Amino acid sequence: MAFETVIGLEVHAQLSTRSKIFCACSTAFGAAPNENTCPVCTGMPGVLPVLNRKAVECTIRTALATSCTVQRRSVFARKNYFYPDLPKAYQISQYELPIALGGHIDIEVDGGTKRIGITRIHMEEDAGKLVHEGEFAGAQASLADLNRCSVPLMEIVSEPDMRTPEEGGAYLRRLHDVLVYLGVCDGNMEEGSFRCDANVSVRPVGQEAFGTRAELKNMNSFRNVEKALEYEIRRQVELIEDGGKVVQETRLWDANAGVTVSMRRKEEAHDYRYFPDPDLLPLIVDDSWVEELRKTIPELPAEKIARLGRQYGIPRYDAGILASTPALADFFEASAAIYGGNPKTTANECVHWKDAVLAGTLSPETIAHAVEDRERGTISATASKKLVELVLSTGKPFRMLRDEQGLTQVSDTSALDILVDKILAASPKEVEGYRGGKVGLLSFFVGQVMKESRGKANPKVVQEVLKKKLG
Amino acid sequence: MANVPVHEWTLLEAARKVREKEISSRELTGAILTRIEALDPKVHAYITVLPEAAAAQAAACDEEQAKGALRGPFHGVPIGLKDIFCTRGVRTTCGSRILRDFIPPYDASVTEKVLGAGAVLLGKHNMDEFAMGSSTETSFFGATRNPWDVSRIPGGSSGGTAAAVAAAMCFAGVGTDTGGSIRQPASLCGVVGVKPTYGRVSRYGMVAFASSLDQGGPIARTVADTAALLGVIAGHDRRDSTSLDLPVPDYLAAVDRPVKGLRVGLPKEYYEGDGLSPEVRAAVQKALKALTDQGAVVVEVSLPHTSFALSAYYLIAPAEASSNLARYDGVRYGHRAEGASGLIEMMSRTRAEGFGDEVKRRVMIGTYALSAGYYDAFYGKAQKVRTLIRDDFTKAFEAADVLLTPTAPTPAFRLGEKTGDPLTMYLSDIYTIPCNLAGIPGISVPCGFSAEGLPIGAQLLSKPFREETLFTAAGAIERALPLRRVAPLEG
Repeated sequence: MAFETVIGLEVHAQLSTRSKIFCACSTAFGAAPNENTCPVCTGMPGVLPVLNRKAVECTIRTALATSCTVQRRSVFARKNYFYPDLPKAYQISQYELPIALGGHIDIEVDGGTKRIGITRIHMEEDAGKLVHEGEFAGAQASLADLNRCSVPLMEIVSEPDMRTPEEGGAYLRRLHDVLVYLGVCDGNMEEGSFRCDANVSVRPVGQEAFGTRAELKNMNSFRNVEKALEYEIRRQVELIEDGGKVVQETRLWDANAGVTVSMRRKEEAHDYRYFPDPDLLPLIVDDSWVEELRKTIPELPAEKIARLGRQYGIPRYDAGILASTPALADFFEASAAIYGGNPKTTANECVHWKDAVLAGTLSPETIAHAVEDRERGTISATASKKLVELVLSTGKPFRMLRDEQGLTQVSDTSALDILVDKILAASPKEVEGYRGGKVGLLSFFVGQVMKESRGKANPKVVQEVLKKKLG
Repeated sequence: MANVPVHEWTLLEAARKVREKEISSRELTGAILTRIEALDPKVHAYITVLPEAAAAQAAACDEEQAKGALRGPFHGVPIGLKDIFCTRGVRTTCGSRILRDFIPPYDASVTEKVLGAGAVLLGKHNMDEFAMGSSTETSFFGATRNPWDVSRIPGGSSGGTAAAVAAAMCFAGVGTDTGGSIRQPASLCGVVGVKPTYGRVSRYGMVAFASSLDQGGPIARTVADTAALLGVIAGHDRRDSTSLDLPVPDYLAAVDRPVKGLRVGLPKEYYEGDGLSPEVRAAVQKALKALTDQGAVVVEVSLPHTSFALSAYYLIAPAEASSNLARYDGVRYGHRAEGASGLIEMMSRTRAEGFGDEVKRRVMIGTYALSAGYYDAFYGKAQKVRTLIRDDFTKAFEAADVLLTPTAPTPAFRLGEKTGDPLTMYLSDIYTIPCNLAGIPGISVPCGFSAEGLPIGAQLLSKPFREETLFTAAGAIERALPLRRVAPLEG
C-alpha cells in the first residue's frame, strides 16, 4: 500500500523585543538565573500584566508578511495548569480569538512553487525552566529559573499542507528567513528563539480523511526536524503495515538516538480551562495602525531573489546567496549602483568577502572600485584581491592604496611597445624559434615583459602587442 | 462639639488639625494606637498592627512639617488598609494561612497613593480569607466582631476595615469590594463605604480574588471623608490595564451639592421578596424621605434580571478565583507543606493546608465551571447574564440619576449563625452583587438603627464614573439623618 504523509507545523518564535511581553524586565539571553525577573513575571500576589506594544507590532508585521488577516479584536486567555516553572499557574496566550488568521507562505520544491497555508498567528508568554540537580528522576533538588517567564512568543500554526520532510524543511527555512528579514525574531534555534513542533500523520494514498496524528517536540535544528519527520513517517507506516494502529500522542525527538519516543498520550492531556484573562482588555488593532506597520515591511526573501535575478541578470543561485542576508543583498546593490559593469562579478566579490561585508568592515565603494578597475584592465585579479585585503588591514581607500602600491596596470600600447621591443631585441633566439612555429614561446615573452614592467603591464594587452610585432 | 475626643474626629477634621498644628501627628497617632491596644482584643479588626512603624512615620511627618513640608492632604493622619493591599516590608496575608508570612517587596498602587498623601499606616485590617465571605469569619487569623455588638459579625469581607473605622481605631481605611465587600460591612457597622466604578482605582498590588469584579474603595465615618479618600486613591495607573485614563473630579465638592430635581430610582425587584427585614425597609424609607424632602423626585425602575445576579456571580467569581489562586502552590513563597515526597504531593498538601473551607469550596466550583465541556453551560452563560444585568442598569439610568436600595437585607447577624450554610451566607450580598457585575459605582450610607441598636445602611448606585452623584445623594441623606458613627465600645 502506498502512503501519503500529512504534516502541519507549529513554530514558536521569540519576538525581538528588549522587554518582556507583560513587564519591563529584560529579555537578554544568558543572564544569571532569575536576574531578569520582577514581581510581575514571577506572578507575585496582586500584580498585573501590561501588554508590550512592540511585541504586538512585531506580530502584526509578521502577519502582514505572511498575508494573514490582522484581526481588529483579539483576546488574551489564560491557559491554566500547574508546573513549577509557570509562576502564575497559567500561561497568558491567545486562544479563541488570535491576532491573525488565514495567510500563507510559498516554498520551492522540485523546481516549482508550493503554497503552504498559515492557519493562525497568536501571541503568548514563555514559561521559565527547571534545573534538576543530579539525575532527573532521583534529583535531590529542582531549581527554578524564571528568566524566560513572560518572554514574548509568537506561535505560527500552519495548515496540514506539507507532504514530505523536505517540504517541512523548506517551509521552516522560508518562515525563518521571513522572520529574520522582518527583524521580529533573531532566529537562533540553539537559544530557543525559533522552535518547532510538528503534527504528523500518514494515510493511504487516495484516502481523504487524515490518519491519527502524533505531535513531535524537541527538535532544535532544521536538519533535526527533517530527520524526526523521516523517522516518524517510517514508524507510522511500518506500524500500520504490521497491522498496528497509530495512537494520538505527543512524542519527543531524541537526536542522539535518532528516534522519537512517546511522552504523553491523549488521555493524559490537560484540561487547560481556558478563559479570557480579566486582567487584560481585548486587544483592539485599528486599521491605521496596521497600515502604518505595513509601510515597515521590507522586501521579503522570495521577492528579493526574484528581483535580483531580474534586475541584475544574475543567476538564481547567486541571488539566493545574496538574499540569504538582507545586509549582504543591500551591500551588493549599493556596490552595483556605484559601478554597473557586470553584476555577476560584483555578486561574486560580495559573496567572496561576505564575512567582512557582514562585519561592516568593507564599504560598497571598495568592491565597486575593485570590480571596475579589474574590468577596465587597470589592475589584475591578483592585485584586486591584494588591495581589498589591504583596505581591510589599513582602512585606507582602495584607489589610494592602488596608486601607493603602484599596482596599476599599464595598458597603454605606446608604453608597452617600447617594453616589447626591448624584450624582443634581447631575445633573438626565441624570436626566431617562435617565428619557426614554437607558438608556446608567446607566454615566455609575456612573462619577460611582465617582469620588466614589475607586474604592472596588462598581460592581455601585452599579448596583443606581441602577436602584432611577431607577426 | 468642643469636647469631641480625638478618635471621634473625622478624617478631614484630623487632617485639618494636624495641618493647623492643633495636634501633632505623634499625638494623634499615639491616641489611636492606644485605642487599638485597648479595643482590638475585643474587635479583632487588625491582623497586623504597626505601633513602632506608625510612631516613627508620625514623628517623621512632624519633623517635615516643622520644616514647612506637608506630604499631602492626609499629612500625619493614621489610617489602616485591608490586608489585601500589598505593603512593602509589611506582611500581607489576605486573611490566609497560605500567605501568613508573605512580605511583599512592593507596594500596591493604593498603598503608594495613601502613603503619598501623607497618611500614617497603623496596620493591616482583618478580612475574610482572600475576600471570600460576608462576615469576616473565614479569616485564618480569627473572626472580627461588630463593635456595636461584639456577639455579631461586622459583615465582610472588608469587615476588619469597617469595624476599625466604626470603633474609631483609625480615621479611615481602604477595603475592596468584589460582590459587596465594602458596602455590606459598612452598612452593618454604621459607616460609609464606596465601591467605585470598575477601573477607577488601580488594582495593582491588590491581591486578586475575581479580577473582573474586584475594586478597591474607601471606608470612613462620613461621606465627605470617603469622597476625599477616593480622590486620593482614584486615577489611571499604567500598571493596571483595566484602569481607566480619565481625570479625577473633585469628589469633595460634590458632597454639599443640592439634590433638588435629582431623580431617585427605586428598583422594584430590590424591595420584593421576604428576605428584606422590615426594619431595613423602614430605615431605607427614611433615607428616601430625606432625599425627597430636599427636592429629589422618585421614579420607579425595574432591573428585571436581578434574580439571576447571584447565580452568575457565584460562577464568575469562583471561576476567576480558581485561576488567580492557583499561584499559591508553595513553590516560590508563602506556606509550603513539609515532608511531601514529590511535586504533586507538595502542591496538593500545601493547598490543602493553606486554604480554608470557603476558599476551597470556591476554587472547586470555579475549576468545575471552567472545565472542558462545562464552560459554555456555566462560565459562558454567566457572562451572558452579566451583559443582561449591565443592560438593565443602562436602561434604568435613562430614567433615574441614582438608584436607592437597601445595602444588606438584614442588620448584622450573630457569629456562627450562617457559617454552616454557605448559600444563606451568599444571600447577604444579594443587593450589592449586581453593581459589581455591571461595573457601576455604589455607596452605602448609614440610614438608621434596628430596635437592637444595630446600624442599617442604604445603598445608592449610579452610572459608571458618576461617583459625584453618589456623594451628592449620600451627603443629603447624611445631613438629614445625623446618626452616631462611632460605636459605643469600652476598652
